[in-house]
Amino acid sequence: MSAAIETRALRKVYGDKVVALDALDLTVPEGEFFGLLGPNGAGKTTTIGILTTRIRATSGEAMVAGANVATRSADARRRIGVVPQRPNPDRGLRVAENLVFHATYFGVPRAVAAKRADELLERFGIADKKDGKVDALSGGQQQRLMIARALIHEPRVLFLDEPTVGLDPQARLAFWDLLREVHGQGRTIVMTTHYMEEADQLCDRIAIIDHGKLLALDSPAKLKERAPGDTIVDVTLDGEADPLMAAAQSAPGVTRAEARGPMLRVFTARVGEAVPAILALAESGGRRVNDIHLSRPSLETLFISLTGRKLT
Amino acid sequence: MTEAMATVSPLRGFGAILLRDITVVRREIVSFLVRTTVQPILFCVVFGYLLPMMGIIPRGFTTMMVPGLIALSLTLSAVQSVSLPMITDFGYTREIEDRLLAPIPIPLVAVEKIVSGIIQGFIAAAFVLPCARLIIGPIPGLSFHDIPLLILITLLGGAAFSALGLLLGTGLPAQQIGLMFSIIIAPMMMFGCIYYPWRGLDAVPVLKYLVLFNPLVYASEGMRAAVTPGVPHMPVPVVIVALIVTTAVFLWLGLRSFMKKAVS
Repeated sequence: MSAAIETRALRKVYGDKVVALDALDLTVPEGEFFGLLGPNGAGKTTTIGILTTRIRATSGEAMVAGANVATRSADARRRIGVVPQRPNPDRGLRVAENLVFHATYFGVPRAVAAKRADELLERFGIADKKDGKVDALSGGQQQRLMIARALIHEPRVLFLDEPTVGLDPQARLAFWDLLREVHGQGRTIVMTTHYMEEADQLCDRIAIIDHGKLLALDSPAKLKERAPGDTIVDVTLDGEADPLMAAAQSAPGVTRAEARGPMLRVFTARVGEAVPAILALAESGGRRVNDIHLSRPSLETLFISLTGRKLT
Repeated sequence: MTEAMATVSPLRGFGAILLRDITVVRREIVSFLVRTTVQPILFCVVFGYLLPMMGIIPRGFTTMMVPGLIALSLTLSAVQSVSLPMITDFGYTREIEDRLLAPIPIPLVAVEKIVSGIIQGFIAAAFVLPCARLIIGPIPGLSFHDIPLLILITLLGGAAFSALGLLLGTGLPAQQIGLMFSIIIAPMMMFGCIYYPWRGLDAVPVLKYLVLFNPLVYASEGMRAAVTPGVPHMPVPVVIVALIVTTAVFLWLGLRSFMKKAVS
């Protein structure tokens, strides 16, 4: 099976020093639902930007659907569909026209485009808004219009850049169903997200990136197996956590402890034992506990152990 | 599914994007005409009708002014029909993305905007001319002796000012677009030989040579050559070369600025 996407030592430096992407090597086989997971500023949007020919790489190579994005960018664009982070419909045009015109930019005959537009609008539940202005659509409806637009010229690879940011939970679930359906038709999908659950639910494989570097790449199940067996307990105190760290290290049930500013991070396999011990420790030190957060062994704890920071 | 698609020519995508612009303009034709022709038409009313009626300026003045007003409406519409959409297109949501994703070389997306600007310039100029005739009455010395020249000047003027619109629309920060009119367009209008022929500036030699940097001068003088040959005007070859050079310079600068915004 050929690769839908292949990057070699992809690097992007903004200005002279901001390294957004550092020697990224990725291979996405055709038909895969691929997730790029990382916190803000990790390099996700830059990666998508390069693969969709909107950003020029500083060095390295990227092939999308068999076309080099630097030297044959028009060919690459012909084979991809892109759903942007923020819906950007063409406001000069009506809802259905947004689809029909976009298809004609790709050489799809108008009549064919109109028929496909009707089908897509029907399937995505916005057929009744067909002749309306795009501004009359809700956020969720606009996002569905964007995915319809990205599909109307029947691309081989679909790119989505944090497509569910700003959607309410119900709209998000509906959007997931839609993506599963699109993927079911055999299309390759590359999606960035900083929602752990989204990546877990949808993706065949997930790449975790941060500071422009690939930290881990595997199926959600395999990645979860790699997650540290401990639950992570973050205890936020009313001041620096450092003085408590040594005592926390040796508290019952605690495997390891770290201090990060006012936050005491404790790794434990026995939450029921460790939490009361830490709270007692804080109290005896005359400290107030402002917040406690538990992360069970999951993609999230793996992510935290890899990057040192939370996703959101 | 891709082999048939691979043979689609860039020209087809270009045509489709042009059709998109024509659809949008047709839908907003009234506001488009108001935006670009009200000013020249009001000039017609005041300088072509009121002042001559009052005897403050001689009737012959209109003969000098009408070609300038056609050039003005051509200029205003061409500059605005490229610069204003560019500002929305590259604004917060980057509406232009759906065209930048078209499988054609990206500079063609900008060139399309210029073609669209030329078409809109034609429409505005063709609208103002009969309006002027209607308001002013018979205009002595107005003749359509050289239609091909009239079309050529409109085409070249439209191209030069659409390219200027591309440069301004992509080069200026969006919040400063109001400045574009007061700092660039207004002086261009006043020193664009709209209300007087270039030869008239013999009286002020310094200005006579300074205004040569103003591309509107060549559009106005070219229009004079095309529709009021009796009024003194620059030689046609000079006008044509100047408009071509202007178009080339603005197009080069405009494309550079467009590409900077389109691909980072």
